This record gives sequence, C-alpha cells and structure tokens, in this order.
Amino acid sequence: MKLLSGNEAIARGAYEAGVKVALAYPGTPSTEILENIIRHYPEIYAEWAANEKVAVEVGIGACLAGARTLVAMKHVGVNVAADPLLTLTYTGVNAGFVLVSADDPGMHSSQNEQDNRFYARFAQVPLLEPADSQEAKDFVKAAFEISEAFDTPVLLRTTTRVSHSKSLVQEGEPVTPPPRKYRKDFAKYAVLPAHARVLHEKVERRREELRAYAESSPLNRIEWGDRRIGFITSGIAYQYVKELFPWASVLKLGLSYPLPLKLVRQFAREVQRVIVVEELEPFLEEQILAAGIRVQGKDLVPRTGELSPARLAWGLSRDEDLARLAEEYGTVFNFPPDEEKLPVRPPVLCPGCPHRGVFYVLKKMKLVVTGDIGCYTLGGLPPLGAMDTCICMGASIGMAHGLVKADPELSGRTVAVIGDSTFFHTGLPALANLVYNRGAAAVIVLDNRTTAMTGHQDHPGTGRTARGEETVALDAAEVARALGAEYVEVVDPYDLQAVRRAVEQALRSSSPAVVVARRPCVLLTRPSPRPLPYREEVCRGCGLCLELGCPALALKDRKERKIAVDPLLCVGCGLCAQVCPFGALEV
Amino acid sequence: MVTNILVAGVGGQGILLTGKLIAQTACLAGFDVKTSEIHGMAQRGGSVVTHVRYGERVYSPVISPGTADFLLAFEKLEGRRSLPFLKPGGLVILNDYALPPLPVAVGLEAYPSDTEEYIAQRFPLLLIDALKEARLHGGDPRMANVLLTGVLAAFTGIPRETWEEALERSVPPRFLEGNRKAFARGFELGAAYRQKMAEGVVDQCGTPRRSACPGRS
Repeated sequence: MKLLSGNEAIARGAYEAGVKVALAYPGTPSTEILENIIRHYPEIYAEWAANEKVAVEVGIGACLAGARTLVAMKHVGVNVAADPLLTLTYTGVNAGFVLVSADDPGMHSSQNEQDNRFYARFAQVPLLEPADSQEAKDFVKAAFEISEAFDTPVLLRTTTRVSHSKSLVQEGEPVTPPPRKYRKDFAKYAVLPAHARVLHEKVERRREELRAYAESSPLNRIEWGDRRIGFITSGIAYQYVKELFPWASVLKLGLSYPLPLKLVRQFAREVQRVIVVEELEPFLEEQILAAGIRVQGKDLVPRTGELSPARLAWGLSRDEDLARLAEEYGTVFNFPPDEEKLPVRPPVLCPGCPHRGVFYVLKKMKLVVTGDIGCYTLGGLPPLGAMDTCICMGASIGMAHGLVKADPELSGRTVAVIGDSTFFHTGLPALANLVYNRGAAAVIVLDNRTTAMTGHQDHPGTGRTARGEETVALDAAEVARALGAEYVEVVDPYDLQAVRRAVEQALRSSSPAVVVARRPCVLLTRPSPRPLPYREEVCRGCGLCLELGCPALALKDRKERKIAVDPLLCVGCGLCAQVCPFGALEV
Repeated sequence: MVTNILVAGVGGQGILLTGKLIAQTACLAGFDVKTSEIHGMAQRGGSVVTHVRYGERVYSPVISPGTADFLLAFEKLEGRRSLPFLKPGGLVILNDYALPPLPVAVGLEAYPSDTEEYIAQRFPLLLIDALKEARLHGGDPRMANVLLTGVLAAFTGIPRETWEEALERSVPPRFLEGNRKAFARGFELGAAYRQKMAEGVVDQCGTPRRSACPGRS
C-alpha cells in the first residue's frame, strides 16, 4: 500500500490504464496530475498545452490516432475547453478519452466555485466522482473502459479535498489496451450539420444505455445501515457522511451521471427518509426530485463553500428528527466555532518578486489596472493595491480595451497586466483584437519566464517542453510586435525608473503599446539571502519602503517607526533602496 | 479510535513535508491514514495547515474543530489561530518563533504578545525554540520541522524505530545524519515533558523550559 494524493493516484491510474498521451494546462488543484505523469511515467507522452481548449483538441487528435488520452485541468479550465468538449460528445472517440476536472469548492486558489458536474449533464457524458485516492486511481481505469465501450468522452471530477488529500492505494499492473488505428470516418468525425443531426440522436441513445449500465455498475453501491435514515452522496461528501453517520444507510454514487434512477428509487423505498448530501449545487437532488422521488438536501446542507464534517453537522443538526436519531448513536453535532479575531496572514508576493516593482509604479501613477490570473493577482492586495479587476485567464487585455472604448477619458491611464503564461494562454487573441479595433489601452506583460503560481511549469515562452527538452522559446515582445503593437519595450522590473518611463511612453502612444517586464521568478533563481544594509540612524520612519509590501521589511516598533530587514528573507533586489528618499537602505 | 494531528505554520516552513513524515510513519505502523493539505495561493507566505488522521479506519481527510489530539505549530500566531481544532486536553507543541504577517509588518495591526499565556491557560503547552535546538543538535535551523516532529513522536505511542524508518525514507541521504540528530533531540524533549506530565510536575499548563502559565510555581 502506498500513501498517494488523489492527483498522484490519477497519474498512476493513467499509467495502469495504458494511457499513451496526457495533456494539461496547470491550474490548482489539478496541476500535480501531469507533473506526476512527467516525473514517474516516461512511457506516456506528456505536454503542457498553451491552454485547456488546445489541450482537449490535441487530445482528440491523439485519441483518434488510437492512443488512450487523459486531459487534466482545473474547473474553470473546462470553460475554456468547453467548445471542443461539447462536440466531442457527438463524435465520440476511437481510443478512450478522459477529461479530469479538478474543482475547487471553497475557492482555496480560484476565482469561482462552479460545480463542473453540470458539464457532464450539459455534454451528456458519463461522470465519475472518486471519494479517495484508491478510487481516483481505479476510476481512471474504469473511465477508459466506459469511454471505449460506449464511444464517449468521460468526465472524471475531483475536488481539492480529493486531489490534495492523501490516502492508501493498492497499486495494480498496467494493462495493454487493444490496438486501434487511425481510420478516416467522415460521418463520425466531421460534424457537418447533416452528420451532427445523426450523431445527436446517438448521444441520446447512449445516455440511456449508460444509465442502464449505471444501475448495476459496481461504481455505485448501497451500504445498508439503520434504515430510518438514508443518505445519497458522491465524491468527498461520502467521507463526511460516513465520518458523522457510520451507522446510517448510504447510497454511494461513483458513476453519478447518468443518474441510476431505479437504484435511487429502490434505496428511497427501503429507508424511511432520504437526504442528499452533495457539495455545492443540488446536482443530484434536482434530478431525483424531477423523477418524482421525495428527498431533502439543500434545505439542510450548505450550498456555498466547501463542505466539511463540521459544516455538514451544523446544517443537519437543524433537523429535529435527525438530531434525535443522532443522539441515539452518540453522534457529535456541535463543533466549537472559531473564537478569536487575529491578524490575518494573506499570501504575499515573495521577497525579490519581479512583479513588485511594476505594481509599485502603477500605484504611484494612480492608473486604472485590469488584472489577470497568477501570482501577480496579489499585486491587488494592500499595501500595493494596484489592480482593479480580475475575472478569468486573459481577461485583462479585453477589459482594458473595453474600458477605454466606452469611456475615452480612461484613455492614457488604463493598463492591462498579464503574466507570460497567461499571455500565451488566452492573451494573444485579446491583443490581436485590441490592435485590430484600434484600441488605446496599454498592456504590460509580466514575463517571469514560468507559470509561477502553480509551481513553475514551462510554457511556450520558456524554451523547454514539459519533459525538459529544448524547444523554440516564443518571445512575448516579438509576438506583440508581430500582432501589430507599434510601441514595444522590454524593461527590467527591478529598475523602477525604467519601468515608469516605459509605462508613461506606452500610455502616451496613440497606437497599441506593450511593455514586457522581464525577469525570472525569484523562486526559479533562488538567490541566497543578501540582506541590504540598513542604517537606522538615517531612517526617518517615513514608511515609504513598507508600501512595497515586501515580507523582508517590517516595522520594528509601531511607535519608533524604524524598520527591520529580515536577514533570512531579503535577497537584495534593491527596490526599497530605490524608494527610500534618505538613503537608509542601500544596494 | 482515530488520532488527529494538525500541523500549522506559514507557507515555506516545511509544513507539507512534516505532514508527509507523520503520515508515512502512521502508514508504516499499519494504520489507515489520510492527510489533507492546500496548495497554490496558500503557499505564497500565507497560513498553511496540514491535517493528518490515522487509525483503524479513517473517512474524512479533514479534522473537525474540537477533535485534534495534537497541534504542531511552527509559528506562534498560526498556532493560536488553529487552537479551535484541539479537543479539551489536546497537546500544543509550539515553536517559539514569531513571523509577523504583512498587516503587522506594515503597522496596521499588532502581533499578539500574550500567545504563550493564552494557550497555556487553555491547553497543555510545550514551547520549543526549534530553530535554536535544530542548529545546536542537527547542525541546521532548517531541520526545525524534523525536530518538532521528534517532540510529537514521543507522545504518539508509535514505536520510535518506525519514526526513524519513515525519516530515512523521506530525507535525502546527505541530510539524514543531521535530521536524525534533530529528531533525537526533539524526542528527548518530548519524552522529558511527558515524564513531567506523568509525575504531575507540569499540569494542564506550563512548559519545562519556562514558566508560561501564571500561577504556576
């Protein structure tokens, strides 16, 4: 038995299922799936795709060529990939195709907590929801078998607590899937309207065949207990139900779409009452209610945020009958709430982070700043506070363009900031659009030579593939020029004056302008601590350096207003020395 | 019976590695084990916790408030923040180390100054200067996390050899010797405190090192 995270187990499952091609765009909590495939399974071709839509499209090609293919992404990545996904469901597959969606209830590291189980229903594809690492591995294998047996892509949905929890896994031997060759089949793989009409009928039949399969699949099971209460649940919520009510009857759904309604009906008939426990949306509950089966759910179970045994207990304790039953079994319902109000510890830009200088300049210039997704979103938090918006990957450029078009007064003081990986992800079409439509917003590419937030994955700009082979490195500045930006300048974000000059120039420019602030992420270069000398007698306690929001600088004493430079954290980037008007900090 | 251990600290302090070491040990000892951690945004210097649960059969990977047997805290404010997870009488192993979060660093808020007293009034507290101890005994302050794990190990009832085997498996060979020493020192500190608890020298509050609890002789 091995102790594996859900993501490590999915990687293992891919290996055991005989996957030949794996693709992903990094995103928490999905990233470690492909990382582990890269690290442990050299026989699998692995690729960091430029974005999730491309990942799925490359995956479709690979599956048509006969390779079992796994594509992994975070929940919001599926929005980007939805276009090919919702038609792949029509064409079906050649070799198996599994899409892993790692959802993030509670938004530990995401901009929303959308429930991607709806994509299964939207695309009419089977949905598998593992509840621990063993299932995560086993379900990957099951997913490929279902995919090939029913000629359909399969959605395997995890959540943060499945992906990032570790539990024991019994590993198995890899299988060799039956060989499948590429075969031209125009009516199946080219969705001209005439073909698509036929294929849609097939999708409808397939759903009911899958439903029949789900009725007797071992992925769904009833665990009989006290029949006065029955829970219907899936994914991590199953663990919370078992934690609180090990004595109750449970219908555990592993293959939760298409919903096995006969099984649900049988279960509901044999228990006195049914409560559906699911994280986020009433996905199961509404389908069960629509089938005319009486159940409860979201009237007792929270609909927002991440579930936990404590939150579930809090919700269910409001039901008097259940509380009485629980008392009989000694089930604990009262978990103490948080008591104390303490200073929060928000995540911060690292000491020496190359993003810091850019945000400091933007703040000083009092600009309207549309932001994007990455570490640099932290530039919106105090004390820097130099970001107005953050919506989704690539949104910064389009939004800045829209702001200026709608209100010309914002022209000359609106910039978009976007990271290098995000720029290649979905920034390129937005920049092409801005240039084409005679936009005037300026764009700053924060080029730290990596996908930093998710743990430093390579991307089209780094010159290395997922497996570390050398490749062409796209240069963000050259790409911007090629897309028609007339003013393009590359600056070192450690040089505050140069950054300010370049941003001013870009904003003055009457044509589209792009500034590339280029310096590798400090976690990549890992410089040794090199604390800047601080002369306390010169320091006047003005606090300007603290506006940089650097974790290596702290107010030593609130009254005295002197600074302390943390000798272990400071890497000597020199920003504070540029900011200090009295020379108390020097490079 | 499930044992619940919460490891709390600041992103970058080795919280995830410590959780892994504890879980690996419980696994070698033949228990069912689950851990839960959060990656991504939280690792950029934010608050980080790892949950470790082991026993005959473990369902939830997360610990519920009021049920943790042990809180292993690498930083004082983070230890205090995680107190609601402890069950009555749960043991706090606290690194005597304060790292001001940004709102404190820029002077917007004050770092609580009475954390030892606050904790000691509520739970048995073992305060350890892990950076110093690790430097003295392991040769490197970065081994503080292994040292603190050693302290915890003295209380868990899992054989010491099992902990040492897990350590061997999870530490690169060139750091093994130092980490072994750091672990041994931690174990020694933990065992000494445990002895005092058994003898009634230290009761519901206080530490073997300093009088953190008002009214304690």
